[in-house]
Amino acid sequence: MNTLIYIELNEGKLKKAALEAASYGGDIAKKIGGTANAVVLGECTDDLSELGAYGITNVFHVKNQSTTSFDARSFSKMIAEVVKAQNANILVFSNTIIGKSLAPQLSVMLKAGLVTGAIDLPKTENGFIVKKSVFSGKAFSEVKILTDLKIISLNPNAYNITKGEGKANVSVIETAVPENKVKVTAVQKVTGEVSLSEADIVVSGGRGLKGPENWGLVTELAELLGAATACSRPVADVHWRPHHEHVGQTGFAIAPNLYIAIGISGAIQHLAGVNRSKVIVVINKDPEAPFFKAADYGIVGDAFEVVPKMIEAVKKIKQGA
Amino acid sequence: MQTIFASPKHGQELTQQKSDMKILVCISKTPDTTAKIAFTDNNTKFSGEGVQWIINPYDEWYSLVRAIELKEADPSTAIHLVTVGGSECEPIIRKALALGGDEAYRIQCEENDSYVVAMQIAAFAKAGSYDLIFTGKETIDYNGSSIGGMIAAELDYSFISHATKFDIENSNAIIIREIEGGEETTSTPFPIVVSCQKGMAEQRIPNMKGIMGARTKPLKTIDATPTEPLTSISTFDLPPAKAGVKLISPDQPEELIRLLKEEAKAI
Ligand SMILES: Cc1cc2nc3c(=O)[nH]c(=O)nc-3n(C[C@H](O)[C@H](O)[C@H](O)COP(=O)(O)OP(=O)(O)OC[C@H]3O[C@@H](n4cnc5c(N)ncnc54)[C@H](O)[C@@H]3O)c2cc1C
Ligand SMILES: Nc1ncnc2c1ncn2[C@@H]1O[C@H](COP(=O)(O)O)[C@@H](O)[C@H]1O
Repeated sequence: MNTLIYIELNEGKLKKAALEAASYGGDIAKKIGGTANAVVLGECTDDLSELGAYGITNVFHVKNQSTTSFDARSFSKMIAEVVKAQNANILVFSNTIIGKSLAPQLSVMLKAGLVTGAIDLPKTENGFIVKKSVFSGKAFSEVKILTDLKIISLNPNAYNITKGEGKANVSVIETAVPENKVKVTAVQKVTGEVSLSEADIVVSGGRGLKGPENWGLVTELAELLGAATACSRPVADVHWRPHHEHVGQTGFAIAPNLYIAIGISGAIQHLAGVNRSKVIVVINKDPEAPFFKAADYGIVGDAFEVVPKMIEAVKKIKQGA
Repeated sequence: MQTIFASPKHGQELTQQKSDMKILVCISKTPDTTAKIAFTDNNTKFSGEGVQWIINPYDEWYSLVRAIELKEADPSTAIHLVTVGGSECEPIIRKALALGGDEAYRIQCEENDSYVVAMQIAAFAKAGSYDLIFTGKETIDYNGSSIGGMIAAELDYSFISHATKFDIENSNAIIIREIEGGEETTSTPFPIVVSCQKGMAEQRIPNMKGIMGARTKPLKTIDATPTEPLTSISTFDLPPAKAGVKLISPDQPEELIRLLKEEAKAI
């Protein structure tokens, strides 16, 4: 058995989601036997042999002209070639924007059953069954993969990174170089912020904050906690905050360790994007706000009074530490 | 589709326009966002009982509306809608037609496996030689995010996912897509499959004229292309209920921070 993990890079660096996928693939290999290998496309400034510590034996590194910008069609063709050359039986992706554009293409190219949004190791006692999140986090489904080659795309923040010892063998390999039809002409990155999908802590604001001029409360608390910032849909709709911060059923779905919701009512469509968070804290002045039903900790109070005190308290423990 | 070379006027550059473009918009039905999630048949099927079905929001608000806007800008554009599923999808596709689109197709097929659904749409699209295929970013029930990429691979079209803006310039699709921590502008020749999300367009509500007009627009049913599924659903289950919220006095936010640090170990 061979498990092959697609290792995603962001600006030439290993992503947290990639280390989760490596740990996950490494654990699959431990569970069912065989080795876990990695495939990486594009230049990487991190030391790829470090992937050995997450359970990876061999790293196949493809670097050619077509890996310098992202064309999902070309990337899929190159990955398919590596899967075939390595006789992989299980292929693992991260269920990120990149993974979502690649895994379905590989499923068709290799006629391999795909489960996206996996949240746990496959069960193998009775067929090959993968548990995934469905109905925007409101339910789970166990899906059986019926083909010999299996593709799993792992939800970010769903599997713990396990770091041990060891170095992987890194080899640069050649594949055919498909022509990129997608030309990237401009990149607009929001710099200096923690990425929402990978954040351990997210501080989020809703309409209860009254206006963009009050967002200092959210950003200051977030900065102190090393957190990403998010918002409810109406807040993004009226442009108090950028669209990429909108979480929920029709925005981002996130699963941080800690989600702090300030002045958000907790409508079912909002909860759909955040209900996989491990710990939920709600600050709302209305004791009847539905969000309290989904919360672990809550304060019924005015955000404009409560949040500044929270900021002071965090500052204190940071000084104490 | 033809590429038309507009005759250059004085001092104007030769511009290339796209016309007679054929767009296929993939429309999926999902339970209303507030529907109670429950299962039947030994937890192997979603219980549709009493459920209000809606057009998947990404399909309705973003991809369909953007296609309609493209047609408004260039009336030579043709918009076809396709849905894969049983007759219960018909009200959904009629509602989509009330928003816009010229004709609709329903492919009669069970929708249990993304691959099977995608192969139906791919076979249909191949026969219709579309320049542009729009899907939503995901269905809000199955959360597969798979159909678009699968169609693209089967047709060997370019694929751009998570698009937030779509325009046409010099016969290329100019698409802004979301990337980790930002956005990227891309230029891609047709044919192309695009998965759409927020930003593409503003939600519209069907008007009376649209609703009346939709009644006479063609809605054809076609037979499925036999396809072996690659996966099957074993069971569904619901997450365990939360233990209940621990409320902290608004005068003591420092107690909340202490609990988050010492009890929840979250900060
Ligand atoms: C199909 C569909 C999809 C949707 N998708 C999404 C989605 O993806 N994401 C999303 O967020 N929404 C989504 N919505 C909208 C959703 O239904 C709610 O309308 C929205 O989440 C409400 O946002 P909010 O909580 O910020 O505002 P409100 O509902 O107005 O709540 C504001 C809250 O702030 C509290 N408040 C007011 N003042 C204070 C104060 N001084 N201190 C503390 N608390 C205060 C109030 O008590 C209230 O609970 C969707 C709706 C539909 C129909
Ligand atoms: N049964 C279906 N019929 C037509 N289009 C579909 C169907 N299922 C999914 N789609 C399209 O594919 C997109 C992504 O769906 P999914 O891969 O299931 O998350 C949806 O937004 C639709 O545009």
